[in-house]
Amino acid sequence: MEEHRDDLASKTGMWLFLFTEMLLFGGLFIVYSVYRYINADAFHLAAHELSVPIGTINTIILLISSATIAMSITAIQKENKKLSLLLLTITVLLGLTFLVNKYFEWGHHIKEGIYPGSSALSLRGHGDVLFYGLYYFMTGLHALHIIIGLIFIGFIARMIIHDKITSDNHVLLENSGLYWHLVDLIWIFLFPLFYLIT
Amino acid sequence: MSVTAGMTEPSYLEFKGKYKGIFSWIFSTDHKRIALLYLFSILSLFAIGATLGLLMKFELIAPGKTIMDAKAYNAFFTLHGIIMIFAVVIPGLPAVFGNFMLPILIGAKDVAFPRLNLFSWYLYVAGVLLVVIAQFTGDQAPDTGWTFYAPYSFRTAGNMLPAVFGAFVLGFSSILTGLNFLVTIHRMRAPGMTWLKMPLFPWTLYATAWIQLLATPIVGITLLMIVAERLFNIGFFDPTLGGDPVLYQHLFWTYSHPAVYIMILPAMGAISEIIPTFARKIIFGYKFMVASSLLIAFVGYFVWGHHMFTANMSGQALYVFSLLTFLVAIPSAIKVFNWISTMYKASIDLQTPFFWAMAFILVFMIGGFSGLILGSLAADVHLHDTHFVVAHFHFIVFGGTGFSFFAAMHHWYPKITGKMYDTAWANTGLTVLFIGFITLYLPMFYMGVKGMPRRYFDYDEVFHASNIISSMGSWVLYAGLLITVINLFISLKRGKQAPANPWGGSTLEWTIPSPPPVENFEETPIITKGPYSYN
Ligand code: HEM
Ligand SMILES: [Cu+2]
Repeated sequence: MEEHRDDLASKTGMWLFLFTEMLLFGGLFIVYSVYRYINADAFHLAAHELSVPIGTINTIILLISSATIAMSITAIQKENKKLSLLLLTITVLLGLTFLVNKYFEWGHHIKEGIYPGSSALSLRGHGDVLFYGLYYFMTGLHALHIIIGLIFIGFIARMIIHDKITSDNHVLLENSGLYWHLVDLIWIFLFPLFYLIT
Repeated sequence: MSVTAGMTEPSYLEFKGKYKGIFSWIFSTDHKRIALLYLFSILSLFAIGATLGLLMKFELIAPGKTIMDAKAYNAFFTLHGIIMIFAVVIPGLPAVFGNFMLPILIGAKDVAFPRLNLFSWYLYVAGVLLVVIAQFTGDQAPDTGWTFYAPYSFRTAGNMLPAVFGAFVLGFSSILTGLNFLVTIHRMRAPGMTWLKMPLFPWTLYATAWIQLLATPIVGITLLMIVAERLFNIGFFDPTLGGDPVLYQHLFWTYSHPAVYIMILPAMGAISEIIPTFARKIIFGYKFMVASSLLIAFVGYFVWGHHMFTANMSGQALYVFSLLTFLVAIPSAIKVFNWISTMYKASIDLQTPFFWAMAFILVFMIGGFSGLILGSLAADVHLHDTHFVVAHFHFIVFGGTGFSFFAAMHHWYPKITGKMYDTAWANTGLTVLFIGFITLYLPMFYMGVKGMPRRYFDYDEVFHASNIISSMGSWVLYAGLLITVINLFISLKRGKQAPANPWGGSTLEWTIPSPPPVENFEETPIITKGPYSYN
């Protein structure tokens, strides 16, 4: 059944979906605040062990990638297909860099024997167990969102190449932008919660 | 679609699309076909769930082991609960009748995202399969009950992982249905259908969709945390690692109380369509009906604590949750008053759907009142986790949502299938089912007050007599179900051709042929008056 296109409907749908994503992480933020409240000191000390430089770099990376995807929308609106694709590629590369950094960060902790269920972690007491449990779970879930976002953007790029997304039909690109901004936004909350508030 | 509009436009049942046979169903993005996919999946699961219930009641016919031991009983009530809650009553009315009727009732051709709609059904099937897999793999079936309470849910040898993940997937399916409906209602109402000209069933679907969208992610993440807990031993809810099991309960009920309104709101909506149709009167207090739906959805977010009165909350929290629980009953009561006022001085056409609606109102009221008893703090300390609670939610979930499902089924059957069913058998089915229902569940209030706990395969001798009555009720109930469902199936073959408007209804679905053509309306209707214009 071919029906008329309704861009506003797609965008509304995307926004509603973003609400659900927000609430998904919202549940985790609640859990975080409860355990932070109970284990204030341990969370304080554990946060010192995370690398603020890497966290900052990753934050900057995501912020730039949000800018590039937004610019790629403008580019397609101005019918500049090449530029739009280039900007999307940069977005993807930035996203991948983020993941690589994350990989080294996690690897570093795991090498030190700090991961859920490890004996080194359980020796350090409940607060640390919960801090790192939340750290792995929340940044892991966030990284999963990055991966999904990258795949999504990959498909969008293909559609641009095949002229399925054009200057007068780019709602899908916009939606992927919205999604990417949300993933970015969630990181903006995760970063201070784990790295900065000490 | 290229078929030109005309008198001979094929119905959605005859329409030949790209695919043949079964594929013309499971690849179809027509909201009406998807509704039927859901209908058959849900009915099959309902049959399984009901049979499990029947067996459980048989176990309880005498103290001690009758046909199953404690382990089997635990597995039975867990599967029964997961199926009935997540796979039957939560999707029930929205996914079946919502899918079928929502676009038609607002004068649209389909939902906003037809492919997403089909994808929701795939997710639904995947979720169900995961739950089924949980039963047949692993050493021991899941045995936590549908609530998956921590820390037992990650300590038990039961095969929880697929079951919990299955519930997560089912939740996701429900979110997408809600999302789809929200956009559909916002964007696709026919010209002239202002918000306050929209029929009440879409209104309740609208309120429900918000709950599906905003509450389900919370349980989603909570279930994921249980999954992670089992896989990686993280400690979120594990007291030996510093986690708090009561926090799990909070998160779980933050969704699962609103979820009971996912179950009941569309049920109320269907009743609100049926009563004016058979009373031949405009619904009494239309605006109050709309407002009460939205209020229920809203206030329903703030009462979850009433499931945890005995879980050691602070005194203030207890009072607030109890107070809010009482408040949330008000909008439901408004609906009951308005249904009854609609019937006042009406010349009612006594047909099967109307009888179902009456049965609904009666049992819904009993269920609601028993909820108020549970919402009072002192009473709940005594009644929590007893059979009183079992009686309460069966009166509301089965008596409310279930009866409304059957009411809707008998109301829209002619539209959906193009056939009339046998009224005499339908009424017989209802009568038998109703007698069975009351015999089965009413004694549970008594048992609960006397202190019989829920979720045990065994009980003290003092409860024997009432359990015998209750178990016999389950047989009658089951017989009633069989009569009802078999009658509908036989009528598919034997039933008379249904006219476009067999009940004299005034909403849009009765203006199009039965069964509806693929595109629902030949011409997009223009709405000039409210939905229930009879006199
Ligand atoms: C008048 C409105 C209602 C009130 C005041 C109310 C109150 C309550 C309370 C206080 C409990 C907890 C009892 C306990 O565990 O000690 C409860 C349990 C329950 N209610 Fe309601 N309720 C209402 C309506 C509903 C509706 C509309 C539904 C579903 C459609 C529903 C489904 C349930 C279920 C499934 C449980 C049991 C959950 C479990 O522990 O397994 N209730 N209700
Ligand atoms: Cu509740």
